[in-house]
Amino acid sequence: MKKLDRKQLAARVARDIPEGAYVNLGIGLPTLIADHLPKGREIIVHSENGVLGLGPRPAPGAEDEDLTNAGKEPATLITGGAYFHHADSFGMIRGRHLDFAVLGAFQVSVAGDLANWHTGGEGDIPAVGGAMDLAVGAKQVLVMMEHLTKDGKSKIVERCTYPLTGARCVNRIYTDLAVIDVKPDGLHVVDLVDGLSFEELQRLTGVSLKKFLTAA
Amino acid sequence: MIDKIVPSAEAALADIPDGATIMIGGFGNAGMPTALIDALIAQGASNLTIVNNNAGNADTGLAALVGAKRVRKVLCSFPRQTDSWHFDRLYRAGEIELELVPQGTLAERIRAAGAGIGAFYTPTAFGTRLAEGKETRRIGERDYVLEYPIHADYALIKADRADRWGNLTYRMTARNFAPIMASAAKCTVVQVREIVDLGGIDPEVVVTPGIYVKRVVKVATTLRKAA
Repeated sequence: MKKLDRKQLAARVARDIPEGAYVNLGIGLPTLIADHLPKGREIIVHSENGVLGLGPRPAPGAEDEDLTNAGKEPATLITGGAYFHHADSFGMIRGRHLDFAVLGAFQVSVAGDLANWHTGGEGDIPAVGGAMDLAVGAKQVLVMMEHLTKDGKSKIVERCTYPLTGARCVNRIYTDLAVIDVKPDGLHVVDLVDGLSFEELQRLTGVSLKKFLTAA
Repeated sequence: MIDKIVPSAEAALADIPDGATIMIGGFGNAGMPTALIDALIAQGASNLTIVNNNAGNADTGLAALVGAKRVRKVLCSFPRQTDSWHFDRLYRAGEIELELVPQGTLAERIRAAGAGIGAFYTPTAFGTRLAEGKETRRIGERDYVLEYPIHADYALIKADRADRWGNLTYRMTARNFAPIMASAAKCTVVQVREIVDLGGIDPEVVVTPGIYVKRVVKVATTLRKAA
């Protein structure tokens, strides 16, 4: 089997973002998607700190300290972009105006519960940012993560053991092994990486999966 | 004649008492009113409650205020960062209190204070530990959490341009929390790059009308921006 690397996974998600979409790309892994959005599609990237039309990272020396992304890194604005304040930015999110939010995750449950903000560890300082708002607000919540933890445990679980970010909010999971839709009757596998059988994915994942493979 | 322009950051902050609740604009360093924060540190007020998205980065601005042990409590959405060592140290030592608020709920609680709203129901955080102990309600097909406004004694914000009435414009993402914080505080103090004559700001582009602003200070800018 050929696991997707981070760039390939980002490209796989990007392929499914359609022309005209308004999309928020979460901090970390999902940020990579911006580099892989298909050329020729007009896709508008939202950033929680008050941007529609976020552009790529500026060239060295062209950074402006007043223009950052949600990860506080230097950013640019594309032609046609707009700035607005934080209450408007999150009103946009909660008000169901974003077509997609792509978020990283520690765990996703069979019911679509998302855990991505806190490991719950003693002494860990919690930080949530906009994750809970995006989880309840976007029309479609896409999760992008590695399928397995470093010690080989499935991050797709029957019930999340980490504190929840949102309940029953995830619509689709993209991992380095598969693409899985979260449906009322369970998890539907819609895509697998080359060389991975449904049976092997089922064995690695632990929770019950349904096979809904579409033509590649 | 209305003239909200004050000669210095020191003069603008002279009356802040110990124990005040202060909103500080900025998202990380973008929009952080560093000159006002430096003046607040020099002014000496302590036992402060601070409202910001973060709890300070590196050693300047809000981080310096926290590091100087002037802050009793922080309300924010994202304290833990790679360079939040001042907050981290005091938090682990039990010397600073944290109220963690989801970012959109933080913004809306500030907005609600400025707009005279008594409380509001939001879907954010329902079913999570950040909603524990809070009233909830099912409205239609969704579950909501009751949240209350955040009022402040002072708001310290950064804007780009102001006139003597306190009308403000901002630059890029430095706007972030400033307009809503300006509305939620009894006394809003603004540091600006440029002061223009009344009428020098196109009324169509005023972002924060002067009604929300009490004091304006011009600060020599060291903005690092693209040519």
